[in-house]
Amino acid sequence: MIKRLKKDWPFHVLLLPGIILTFIFSYLPMYGLIMAFQDYNPGLGFFKSPWVGFDNFRLIFSQPQFLNTIYNTLFISFFKLVFGTLSSVVFALLLNEISSNFTKRLFQTIVYVPNFISWVIMAGILYNILSADGIVNIMLEALHIHPVQFISSPSVFPWTVIISDVWKTFGFGTVVYLAAITSIDPQLYESAIIDGAGRWKQTLYITIPTIAPIIVLMTVLALGNILNAGFDQVYNLYSPVVYSKGDIIDTFVYRLGLQNGKYNIGTTVGIFKSVVSCILISLSLFVANKVANYKVF
Amino acid sequence: MKYKTKGQKIFNVFNYIFIILVCLSCVLPLLNTLAVSFSSPRFVSAGKVYFIPKGFTLMSYEFAIENGKFLQAFKVSVIRCILGVSINLFMMVTTAYPLSKTTQRFAARNFYMTFYVITMLFGGGLIPYYILVTDLGLMNTIWALVLPLSCPVYSMVILMNFMRNLPPEMEEAGMIDGAGHFRILFSILLPVLKPALATVGLFAFVYHWNDWFTGALFMHDPQKYPLQTYLQTLLTNFRDMLRQSGSDYYTLLSRMNEQTGRAAQLFLGLVPILAVYPFLQKYFTTGLVVGSVKQ
Repeated sequence: MIKRLKKDWPFHVLLLPGIILTFIFSYLPMYGLIMAFQDYNPGLGFFKSPWVGFDNFRLIFSQPQFLNTIYNTLFISFFKLVFGTLSSVVFALLLNEISSNFTKRLFQTIVYVPNFISWVIMAGILYNILSADGIVNIMLEALHIHPVQFISSPSVFPWTVIISDVWKTFGFGTVVYLAAITSIDPQLYESAIIDGAGRWKQTLYITIPTIAPIIVLMTVLALGNILNAGFDQVYNLYSPVVYSKGDIIDTFVYRLGLQNGKYNIGTTVGIFKSVVSCILISLSLFVANKVANYKVF
Repeated sequence: MKYKTKGQKIFNVFNYIFIILVCLSCVLPLLNTLAVSFSSPRFVSAGKVYFIPKGFTLMSYEFAIENGKFLQAFKVSVIRCILGVSINLFMMVTTAYPLSKTTQRFAARNFYMTFYVITMLFGGGLIPYYILVTDLGLMNTIWALVLPLSCPVYSMVILMNFMRNLPPEMEEAGMIDGAGHFRILFSILLPVLKPALATVGLFAFVYHWNDWFTGALFMHDPQKYPLQTYLQTLLTNFRDMLRQSGSDYYTLLSRMNEQTGRAAQLFLGLVPILAVYPFLQKYFTTGLVVGSVKQ
């Protein structure tokens, strides 16, 4: 043991700063797990606040508003995942049909730009183009379609969130899938051509089956995050008019817990989300490991 | 692939058209905002500005520069990025190096790795985090913007995989010459790892630059808002104004002035990201491919 420490001490020293900061900022907040069973009072603090058992959980589950945010979260996440994956895969396949490498890269570079723009700025841009007199509605009017209230109609709002997210992020998936497609052995295609397969058949029988494991892997990993419907995006786009369809778990926690000072409810909802997420992420990593031999570390 | 049937030619035409349309959809909203920022509010309120400025004016930009709040917030963001990225890089390098060792070389490696992986799986939630940072007395200081985000585990894992993919001979040669681990890490490995450091460093920069929420959580003094948090308050004000404004001419006019002014500030907030984008693009695929492969 001592001998080992003598040999390994530089490693421990190097790790120390990161470990201390991670302990403070990632481990200490886990006392929320205890707070969820207390009637937390900032005056009494965390040691003296009275215990209340499962009362907080009973309280949040008796609130229809909370159940509604779970539904909204799952709805938005699910369709983001489905349309996000589909559009990335389809776009990567289409880009792959372009023979010039330069053009391919150029297009890929362009669609990847929105990914790096913050949701605050993106929300500003979306307000510009989606408002009643914005450019999208002007174009719709030219096509004799009634103007759409993208941001302020409760029934349209979730789709605005889903589509704008897919639009902002599909470039990332495209980069991943295109990288996977480019690494396919060209001999496979050559022998398919000899067998008389056209481009369509090559795509169907070679490209798609080879990238399928990566699609499955990305989807499984994304499923672990299904309770994150995108706080930054929703918070910057929504307003009280669309709470009924647009409020998600994270925005609910922030509004109720911090803006209205209801620490108990906020913490309990947060812990509920953390525990479910933890199970989902562990499960997704387990499945990813089984299916695609993927390891995080 | 070389000779093409008629069907393939038709497909190619439609494929190009479709791809170009998608690309346009990614660029035009930005162009529209840019055009609005350079236009006179008169034309913007008439709904006449598309992708080319009408009644070209730099008024909105002058307004943004003269408006002390914008520059102040920009400055906070720059300081935050310099501080945040340096701390991130230091933490990532010092953590990734020991963790890139095998368990034979460093027995406690898996213990530390588990310590970090747990943080990826479970968190205490927003409110305990908020209470903690308040209790530490970090509220309203620049440290609240950098310390809680000091150890990004995902980037650390990418850097670790980069280190694992280096030829082991490099280190062995250092060992033979009598260099200790610190010398090996800082004088032998780091120079070779420049592309990897650029990758994770750029990610850290984009993260710090784009993050508005930490600022909104921990800064109660608007003077100390980083840029994105400040821009967020502009949006909120705009939303409130939209809700209140009726047909009153003056509110409408000020609203439109605000729209061009806001567009200018949004665009200025975007400039640093667009400036590093070519590098991001260059390093991203390598980061993705090399960093995610475990050997």
